[in-house]
Amino acid sequence: MNEMTIHRESLATVDFEKVKKRQRMGSFFKGILFLLPSIVLFSVFLFYPMVRTIYLSFFLTDNSGVPTVFVGLDNFTNIFSSPIFQQSLQSTILFVLYTVPGAILISLFLAVIANEKLRGIGIFRTMFSSTMGISVAAASVFWMFLFHPTMGWLNQLLQVVGLDGIGWLTDPKWALLSVSISTVWMNIGFTFLILLGGLQSIDSYLYESADIDGAGYFYKLRRITIPMLSPTLFFVVTVTLINAFQTFGQIDMLTRGGPQNETNLIVYSIYQEAFMNYQYGTASAQAIILFLIILVITIVQFKLGERKVHYQ
Amino acid sequence: MTMPLHQKVIFYLLLSISAILIFAPAIIAFLMSFMPSQDILTGKIIPTSLTLDNYVQVFDRSPLFNYLINSFVVSVVIMLGQLVLASLAAYAFVFLNFKGRDALFFIFIATMMVPFEASIIPNFQTIRDMGWIDSYTGLSIPFFAMAFGTFLLRQNFKQIPKELKEASEIAGIGDFRFYLTVVLPVAKTSLVTLGVYGFLTSWNMYLWPLLATTNDSVRTVQIGLRQLQSQEQLNEWGVIMAGAIIVVLPTLILLFLGQNKLQKGLAEGALK
Amino acid sequence: MKQVELMDVSKAYEKQQYVLDEINLSIEEGEFFVLVGPSGSGKSTLLRMIAGLEDITDGTLKINDKVVNHLPPKDRNLSMVFQNYALYPHLTVEQNILFGLNAKKVNKKEQQKRLKETAEMMGLRNYLKRKPKQLSGGQRQRVALARSVVSESPLCLMDEPLSNLDAKLRAHMRIEIRRLQKRLGLTMVYVTHDQVEAMTMGDRIMVLDNGKIQQVGEPITLYNEPANLFVASFIGSPKMNMGNAAIIDQKLVIEGVLKIPVDPADVATLTKNNGLTVGIRAEHIFQGTSENTTHELEVINVEQLGNETLLTFEIGKELWTAKWLGQWRVDVGDKVPVHISTKNISFFDTESGQLMKPASIINEQEVVAI
Repeated sequence: MNEMTIHRESLATVDFEKVKKRQRMGSFFKGILFLLPSIVLFSVFLFYPMVRTIYLSFFLTDNSGVPTVFVGLDNFTNIFSSPIFQQSLQSTILFVLYTVPGAILISLFLAVIANEKLRGIGIFRTMFSSTMGISVAAASVFWMFLFHPTMGWLNQLLQVVGLDGIGWLTDPKWALLSVSISTVWMNIGFTFLILLGGLQSIDSYLYESADIDGAGYFYKLRRITIPMLSPTLFFVVTVTLINAFQTFGQIDMLTRGGPQNETNLIVYSIYQEAFMNYQYGTASAQAIILFLIILVITIVQFKLGERKVHYQ
Repeated sequence: MTMPLHQKVIFYLLLSISAILIFAPAIIAFLMSFMPSQDILTGKIIPTSLTLDNYVQVFDRSPLFNYLINSFVVSVVIMLGQLVLASLAAYAFVFLNFKGRDALFFIFIATMMVPFEASIIPNFQTIRDMGWIDSYTGLSIPFFAMAFGTFLLRQNFKQIPKELKEASEIAGIGDFRFYLTVVLPVAKTSLVTLGVYGFLTSWNMYLWPLLATTNDSVRTVQIGLRQLQSQEQLNEWGVIMAGAIIVVLPTLILLFLGQNKLQKGLAEGALK
Repeated sequence: MKQVELMDVSKAYEKQQYVLDEINLSIEEGEFFVLVGPSGSGKSTLLRMIAGLEDITDGTLKINDKVVNHLPPKDRNLSMVFQNYALYPHLTVEQNILFGLNAKKVNKKEQQKRLKETAEMMGLRNYLKRKPKQLSGGQRQRVALARSVVSESPLCLMDEPLSNLDAKLRAHMRIEIRRLQKRLGLTMVYVTHDQVEAMTMGDRIMVLDNGKIQQVGEPITLYNEPANLFVASFIGSPKMNMGNAAIIDQKLVIEGVLKIPVDPADVATLTKNNGLTVGIRAEHIFQGTSENTTHELEVINVEQLGNETLLTFEIGKELWTAKWLGQWRVDVGDKVPVHISTKNISFFDTESGQLMKPASIINEQEVVAI
């Protein structure tokens, strides 16, 4: 009897291992099943295109994008020796330098003044965040009119003050700045909304204890608000930075990359090269450059973020 | 703490000036959409009369109504697709325990580093080779899988007590049923947030619809607006503005309704 | 009949780190069995292993004489009540109670019958259409119980179900759960960190510490004959008074301060080890009368509880508490006469912590057989 039980039990132990293995397999398949739709779509529309873009960047292609001749790194040396692409990179960097600090500083100011507990503050908050709901196409139409050389309000305003009108979108000196101004306006809504959220999550007791200590408004702003907001600010900087590098719509609507390629930002350059000039190889090489830039920003964000940002 | 009066006045002043500046481009466009073209051409700032002509014109001259329908269909399909895929994936990351889960999660994170703009060339070719140019499918499916949405929902699902799952396990409720009958209803708010976000971004999408449509059959409003702007004579600003106002109206309304939720949701998905 | 049986059950998360070490245990049908221990002792893990929510690393678990190590929770025919109740927030009380029955494909008529009975029994009839958010803590607790009852599983597991309630309600729910268990003949495995809950509710108690069984037995046994120092200090409130002791000149010397005569017969057994720790319950430090006063001790704190008075003394570097029935007007700093007898003292080996000799007389007032 005793032996029998022992025997049965040892048999049972062997069984457990099998059953456990089967259960583990089962839960693995279940997990994969839940993730499958995402995995498939990521593979088709993200990972494959990434690999394919790298592949294409080593080839010359025909008009429909079929690779014909392997040219090694020629596409890369070509784009880097091309004054147009150099111009494009330079414009892109300038554009980023104009729009990122611009949008963040203005939004920060708006968020700080909209964070006060005042009657009717909700209306102001809604107005400040409204540009988030305005599409690039519509916003571009709005600004196109403002920039209009004769009818536009900006030039009319200048005339009232007695200044000459500016060719906002046609003067190579002004075009990039004009596009930047309209872009800042488009970005304000989103950055404002995120920054306001960050401000509202700061514990009010911090301010209360500062009040008891008799701290002034700007002292509190400098010593409590900005430091406590730093994780949010950091996130907003990264997102607007990445967005700035991906700008396309307003260029297509407002300037088509002109005048004199002054506003030919990198994504517009890729678009033109691939879908206007049918140079898929060089366009892919440019896309790789764009990818690398964003990769670096993301990695820097992660590295710095680990140190700075408080993840929960 | 109540604010002294002079401080209050300063704040209201700052708020009002900022609001006027921020809102000016939209207000001007709104005013212009009701102005007769004579007024616009002569550079009037205050209209002499208001008219709905521009709105009638814009629907007459362009298939704006079709564009609206197309945008609506595409945005709703993308929104639903994202909700389904993101919630399924988030469920797996929160409630299922299996080998390789962490590695897969890392892959999901990695997808955030690949900008869509950098991979449009092969994507365009894929869609073209599949014959999905000028189709709702081609406009929507590439955007179904979404790392950001998965993170946002994962964050939210993690707040569901794991005891609910365990109680269900004891009662013999399977994973799919638990996902459907417990997780989705409990996380309703964050699903709505993500839905609003998905709809907004899809409605405002520009580059992809520009590439993936060649005619008016499935063209979305944003590209419709581009057509309108490039086709119209420069003196038809009122009509263009009317079109632009119609294009932004749905998203603005959605934004005003969901502003609070969106603000909280975006911050959550982003920072945690 | 044995309802639950654990043979050499162990649990390890990493290969070496044992959370539970070779647990052997059997729980009888209809028994109210309490697992008690401090946090981190492994009691919840053990319960979750019985439920099937945690893998068993080693050993055999039987429910109803069937090995169930490999079975998922749903096939173990048990119900469980969680500390946070685990109510589905979006469902009404009624839907919450019936949620599991739908999954088990119980037919609608039977569901309604059980719902009616259970709601009646738990006093939830008027709350069936409410959501958990609209209920008080006690009501939520009842819904959780009802969900467990309605499943009609013979084995019910509870994981600290009362710790989210306030003290008054907790005392009340203790009685309710106990009555419910007896009435339905459930086998109950109940986890708590609260020794009062364990003492008042359990038919038998298992004290767990550091993943090891310290003692299994009836509440009174654990109180009167704690198997080791851990159980002695864990069970009972106020906690048992402890002190280092030695036998010098046929006398027990505690903390170098208190000298108590010892029965010469015991001296041999007690001097075998070098380290000796003694323990005495607060109610066994009696007020001394003119005949039997053994010591005069200085009072350093007084707690008036109304029906009894707690006095604190300093014995060497230990603080001892005496519990005297009734109200005593004593001031801090007073010297009070007390009576301490070796008959009430339990002796432990300091090194191993094991009990060497329990208190030999149990006060007649405490155990009265009816």
